[in-house]
Amino acid sequence: MIHKYKKNGLKIVLDVNSDSIHVVDDVVYDILDFYPNPDREKINSELKNKYSENEISEAIKDIGDLISQKQLFAKTFSADEYELYNNPVVKAMCLHVAHDCNIRCKYCFASQGDFQRNREIMSLEVGKRSMEYLAENSGNHYNLEVDFFGGEPLMNFDVVKELVFYGKELEKKYDNKKNFRYTITTNGTLLNDEISEFLNEYMDNVVLSIDGRKEVNDEFRIYQSGKGTYEQIVPNFKKVVDNRDKLYYVRGTFTRKNLDFSNDIFHLADLGFESLSIEPVVTDPREDYALKEEDLDTIFKEYDKVADEYIKRKLANDDKKFDFFHFALDLDNSPCFLKKVRGCGAGLEYIAVTPNGDIYPCHQFVEKDEFIMGNVFTGIKNPDIAEFFKKSSILTKEGCDTCWAKYYCSGGCHANAYNANGDIDKPYKLGCAMEKNRVENAIYIQAKLAMEKPDEEKLFRL
Amino acid sequence: MKHIRTIKVGSNHIISSTSGCGECQTSC
Repeated sequence: MIHKYKKNGLKIVLDVNSDSIHVVDDVVYDILDFYPNPDREKINSELKNKYSENEISEAIKDIGDLISQKQLFAKTFSADEYELYNNPVVKAMCLHVAHDCNIRCKYCFASQGDFQRNREIMSLEVGKRSMEYLAENSGNHYNLEVDFFGGEPLMNFDVVKELVFYGKELEKKYDNKKNFRYTITTNGTLLNDEISEFLNEYMDNVVLSIDGRKEVNDEFRIYQSGKGTYEQIVPNFKKVVDNRDKLYYVRGTFTRKNLDFSNDIFHLADLGFESLSIEPVVTDPREDYALKEEDLDTIFKEYDKVADEYIKRKLANDDKKFDFFHFALDLDNSPCFLKKVRGCGAGLEYIAVTPNGDIYPCHQFVEKDEFIMGNVFTGIKNPDIAEFFKKSSILTKEGCDTCWAKYYCSGGCHANAYNANGDIDKPYKLGCAMEKNRVENAIYIQAKLAMEKPDEEKLFRL
Repeated sequence: MKHIRTIKVGSNHIISSTSGCGECQTSC
């Protein structure tokens, strides 16, 4: 299977099964329509008015060379030859240290922080036991990811701090054969000098939530009083980022109310934030800010604008250049195809733990009773949940088999599929369409930069 | 090649075992 498309004059061909990427000229682009079972006479007769016989012969030879090198029309993998999971271990934990929040974002999937339950803060005891659970169930895996999440995790900062120090104790207990790595996701309103310094010292990644322009952010990200958060969080985030030498992401959400979201990305870049991500809202389709199928063309044009500006600023080495999460492809060192088939690992390699220690497949399934797996104190009580997720992959999800983007999206988000269609094996179609556009742009960016600066090895940063 | 420039040589065929090495991190 191949996927070919044109963008800004570049003709790009992705060989789906090998993951090879080629930039081709017009004659190859046209001739590929006759493959994988080319009829030379038919090619000659249909293209003779467009290309010389010599050009057609050369192009066919080039295509043939790549086919023989298994870089075009490579065969698909037989799932029977591989074992998707061989004794999976837990590698990452989303630790819900607070099911409470001090702001009331209108689109919050966590129901403004409480996950539709009582507002609750995780005790140090539950936090410690959760980290022990992660270490105990991680097999020989060295790097263990802990994502402090909420609600707003900084409402429980003392516990966050204690847990980071407890991680050091656990590493010693395991003879330094374990290495805890921390991420925190915050709305930024509670940041002060002490907290910012702590995050910059101990958090391997921080995710800072802001939607972009003031009027956009303050439409949705509001205090209980209705006042927006923009004026408070921008200086707070600047202080974190300006003093930080580790990974961070400034992350927003776009809705139907700001379908011109490229301007929000550029606004954040112009504020001096370099690592950016903005995600489409996923919500009840009855909400007036929910994205609709009819919005897709507008959304695609916005992603295209972001890609063009991304390239422009990169090539000019503009001091306001930016990285965009969805355009970051590691072409030189991408994961093996088994990882691409497996995807996020929810319920197996990745779990979420609530303030009372209950275990769920991921943060998006938290407090959905049918997905509770067990508790960090009593262990897994419902092993069927892990088995359920183990069976779901691009090999089983509806429509993935014939989709060219399957090795890039890995079947998409289980929770989005479940929320949209009541089945983790029925992908969220709006999400699929947006992901395909983003992947086309991401590949285009790599191709464009490679063509513009062939000698420069890496123009992007992950 | 005159008509094709390869930006990335596919690496999907490279794999350590029938179940992968398992060393990679998860990502949401």
